[in-house]
Amino acid sequence: MLFDIVDVNSSPSLSDPWWKVFYDFSSLTHKIDSSLHNAMSQFWTTIAEMLIIGVLILLFYALIGLFLVYAERKVCAFMQNRLGPNRVGPFGIFQTIADLFKLLFKELIPIKNADSFLFNLAPFIVIIASFMAIAAIPFAKGLHAIDLNIGVLYVIAVSAMGVIGVLLAGWSSNNKYSLIGAMRSGAQIVSYELSVGLSIITIVILAGSMQLSEIVEAQRTGWFIFKGHIPAFIAFIVFLVSSTAETNRGPFDLAEAESELTAGYHTEYSGIKFAFFFLAEYINMFIVASIAATVFLGGWMPFNVGHWDGFNHVMDFVPPFVWYIGKTFFVIFIMMWFKWTFPRLRIDQLLTLEWKYLLPINLVNVLIMAFLVLMGWHF
Amino acid sequence: MEEKVKNITTDEQQEYVINMGPQHPSTHGVLRLVVSLKGEIVKSVQPHIGYIHRGIEKMCESITYPQIIHLTDRMDYLSAHINNEAVCLTVEKALEVEIPDRIKVIRTIMSELTRIQSHQLWWASFGMDLGGLTCFFYGLRDREKILDIFEETCGSRMIVSYNCPGGLMYDIHPNFQKRVKEFIKYFRKILPEYDQLLSGNVIFHERSKGIGKLTLEDAVSYGITGPSGRASGFSCDVRKHEPYSAYDKIKFKEILFTEGDTYHRYIARIDEMWESMNIIEQLIDNIPEGPYAVKMKPVIKLPEGEYYQRVETARGELGVFIISDGNKSPYRVKFRSPNFVNLSVLNHIAKGFKIADLVAIGGSLDLVIPDIDR
Amino acid sequence: MDKIQLGEFIKSINPDLEIKEGKQYIEVSIPPSKLYILAKELREKEETQFDFLFCLSGVDYGQDLGVVYHLRSTKFDHVVVLKTRTTDRDHPQLDSVADIWKTADFHEREVFDLLGIKFTNHPDLRRLFLDSSWGFPLRKDYVDDINIVTK
Repeated sequence: MLFDIVDVNSSPSLSDPWWKVFYDFSSLTHKIDSSLHNAMSQFWTTIAEMLIIGVLILLFYALIGLFLVYAERKVCAFMQNRLGPNRVGPFGIFQTIADLFKLLFKELIPIKNADSFLFNLAPFIVIIASFMAIAAIPFAKGLHAIDLNIGVLYVIAVSAMGVIGVLLAGWSSNNKYSLIGAMRSGAQIVSYELSVGLSIITIVILAGSMQLSEIVEAQRTGWFIFKGHIPAFIAFIVFLVSSTAETNRGPFDLAEAESELTAGYHTEYSGIKFAFFFLAEYINMFIVASIAATVFLGGWMPFNVGHWDGFNHVMDFVPPFVWYIGKTFFVIFIMMWFKWTFPRLRIDQLLTLEWKYLLPINLVNVLIMAFLVLMGWHF
Repeated sequence: MEEKVKNITTDEQQEYVINMGPQHPSTHGVLRLVVSLKGEIVKSVQPHIGYIHRGIEKMCESITYPQIIHLTDRMDYLSAHINNEAVCLTVEKALEVEIPDRIKVIRTIMSELTRIQSHQLWWASFGMDLGGLTCFFYGLRDREKILDIFEETCGSRMIVSYNCPGGLMYDIHPNFQKRVKEFIKYFRKILPEYDQLLSGNVIFHERSKGIGKLTLEDAVSYGITGPSGRASGFSCDVRKHEPYSAYDKIKFKEILFTEGDTYHRYIARIDEMWESMNIIEQLIDNIPEGPYAVKMKPVIKLPEGEYYQRVETARGELGVFIISDGNKSPYRVKFRSPNFVNLSVLNHIAKGFKIADLVAIGGSLDLVIPDIDR
Repeated sequence: MDKIQLGEFIKSINPDLEIKEGKQYIEVSIPPSKLYILAKELREKEETQFDFLFCLSGVDYGQDLGVVYHLRSTKFDHVVVLKTRTTDRDHPQLDSVADIWKTADFHEREVFDLLGIKFTNHPDLRRLFLDSSWGFPLRKDYVDDINIVTK
C-alpha cells in the first residue's frame, strides 16, 4: 500500500539518497490529498481526511497508552527488584490488553450524591485535552495532523485544559478526598504552567519561530540543547521538572497522593471512566515528553556531529520516526525514574519550588537567552 | 439539596472534616482518624479505635498461662517474640524460676532479630507513606531473610510463639548461628542502601525535618516510649534501665536525640538497627550449652500477688501486669501496650501541620493497630 | 532513694497511708478522695519527681473496683505503685489524673470503657473501643451468652 503511493523515482530531488526521500512523509500525504481531491469535492475531502487522521490518531493513542502502562510497570518493577508483569504473553506484553478488557467490563458504579452530568463529563474533558494536544506534534517530517504556525502555544494551551476535567472530577464526585486532590491539582497545574511556558519561550527565542516543524528544521545543524549554551540546558531541566509536575506525576503526584488522599480526584471513578483518567495521565506524559524531544532534542532530526560524514550517514539512515520515538521514550524513562525513586513533596513545598525557585530562574534564563541571541553568540 | 447548603453556611467553624480510615492506605490497619482541616492544615486529629478489639485481656482471664503466649503474639504482630518474652518473664519471675543462660541468650538474639525485622517493615511502609514506593520492596526484601531464619527455628514466620514459660518451645536449628551471621554480614552491607534511597534525599529532609516536634517534657508526660520517645531525648530504654534476659551482660548504647521531630524518629530507628546488629554479634558466637527449657509443673499456678514486667519492644515499652489469685489462670492481666500510648500524642504533635505531614508523623510513630486495640 | 527510703518518704507526706513493700515495687494503698492530692505531690516534690505514669490499669476486685497506677521517675529511676479502690459498683467515681500526666487521658478512657469507672475532671471522657450500648466487659459480673463460653 505504502509503496504504491510513494513513487521514489518521481521525487523532486534526485540527488538525495532514496531513504531520505522515503523518510519524508510530506510527499506521501500530498499524494493522498491530491488523489482524494480528484475523487471528490473539497468538502468531502476534508471530511475524509479528518476521518483518516482521527482513526489513525485514535489507534496510535490507544497503542501508546497500552505500551506506556506496560513500560511503566516494567521499569518500576526493575527499580524495585521485581519482575513485573510476566504471565500474559511473552514477558507479559499482553498484560495491559488484559487489563484493558477488565476495565471495559467493570461496573460503572453510580454515585448517589454526585453531580452526575459533570461526573460523567470530567473524564472526557481530560481525555479530549490530551487528544487535541497530540494533533500538533510532528512525529516525522510531514507526519503531523496539523502544522500550526503557533504550534507551541497551541500545545501548551490545550494540554492545560485537562485541569478543568480534573477540577470537575474532584468537585462533582462529592467526596472530600477528591475535592482536596482536585484543588491541589488546580493550584499545581496553574503554577507550573508558567514554568513550562517560559522554558519553551527560551527556545522559541532561539529558534525564532513558534511553528513546531520550523523549530525542528532549525535543529538540523545541532539540537537546541547543544546549540543554546547553558540557558538551553537550564531550560531543559526546568521543563523536565515542571512538566513532570504538570502531568501530576512522580514526586509531584499530590493530586492523587495515595497515601494521603487514597486516589485523589479519581477516587470515585470505576471501570472505563477510571481508565480514561489513567490513559490521559500516560498520554499527557507522552505529549510532554515529545514536546521536550521536539523542542530541546531535535525532534525527528538524527544526531549529527559536525564533519563526521560517515557517522552522520549512519545516523541519517535511522528513520526519523525512530529518532523521534527514541528521544521521547528517553524523556519518559527519566520521568519514570523520578517517580519511582523520589518521595512525594508537600503542597507548600511544591508551590515554593515553583514560585520561589523555578520562576525566577526561568525569567533570568529568558533574559540571558534573549541577550545571547541578540549578540549572535549561539552556535 | 437545600439542606446541604444550609449545613455549609451554618458551620461556624468552617472546618473540613475528613475520615482517614478505617480503610485508608496510610493508617496501616483499621485505625480511624477524624481529621478536622482548615484548607490543608490539620486543626485536630481524633483517633477512633476499637475496630479490631479482640478483648485479649478478658480472654486471658479464662485461659492458662502457657496459652496466653499465643494471644500476645497477635497484639503487636511485628514484635511477636518480644511480647511472648514479656509474659514468660512475668510468669518466671512470679514462680522464681532460675533461667539458664542459654535460654536468655537465645531469647535476646531472637528479640533483636525481631526488632530489626520490625524496623525494616516500618522503614518500608514509612517510605511508602512519603510517596517513595520503591522503599517498600527494598525493606521487605531484607525482612524475608529474617523471616526465613525464624521459619527454620520457630516453625513460623511472623507469629512465632517460640517462648514458653520456663524457656523455649524447641532448641535452635543447627543452621541458626550460621544463618544469623550470614544475615548480619549481608545487612551491614545493605543498610547504607536505605540511606541512599531515603535518608539522603533532599525531599525527604524537607518533608521530615522540624515536622511533628515533640518536646522532652511532653514525651515524658504522654509516656511516649521506644524510638519515638528517645528521639525527643527521653531515656526510656528498658533494656538499659531494667535489664532482662541477657541485656545486662552486653554492651550497647541507647540511641538518644534531642530534636524529637519526624526526621530524628526516623534516624533513631535506623541507628537502632545498627545497634541491634552489634548486640547480636556479641551473642551469636557465645550461646552457652545447656537445656533449652526448664522443667515446669504441668499446670502452672502463680502464687497470689501482683507481678509487673517491662520489656522493650520495637515500638516502646510493653508492660505486663498480672494479678494472680493462685489459680491456673490469671485474675486480671493488663498489657501496657506502647502503641496505645504513642497514639495518644498524635493530636498534640500533628496539630498545625499539613495533611501530608500528618501521614508522615503517623508513619514515624510506627503504629501497629492490633496492639492499640488488643 | 531505694525502696525503703521511698516508702518512708511517702509515709512522711501522709502518715495515714497504708504502705506495703511488694516483691518488686513499693505499693501505696490510698482512698479515692486523697488520690489526686498525693499524685500531684508525688509528681511535683523535688525528692520524688514521678513524672512518668507508665501504666494505669483498672481492676475489678470482685466487690470493689480499683485502679492501679505505676509511676516512675525519669530522674531517679524509682518506681511507686498507687492503688485505689471504690466500693460503689453502680456509680464508681475517681479523680482523673489526666492533668498531671497527659498519658492518663487515653488510659482512663480505656478504664472507663472496659470497667465503667467514671473519672471526674477528665477532659474528654468518651468510650474508646466500644459504643455506648455495651456493658463493661472487664467486670467480673459481665455476661455475654453469645461471645463468652463458660465452662
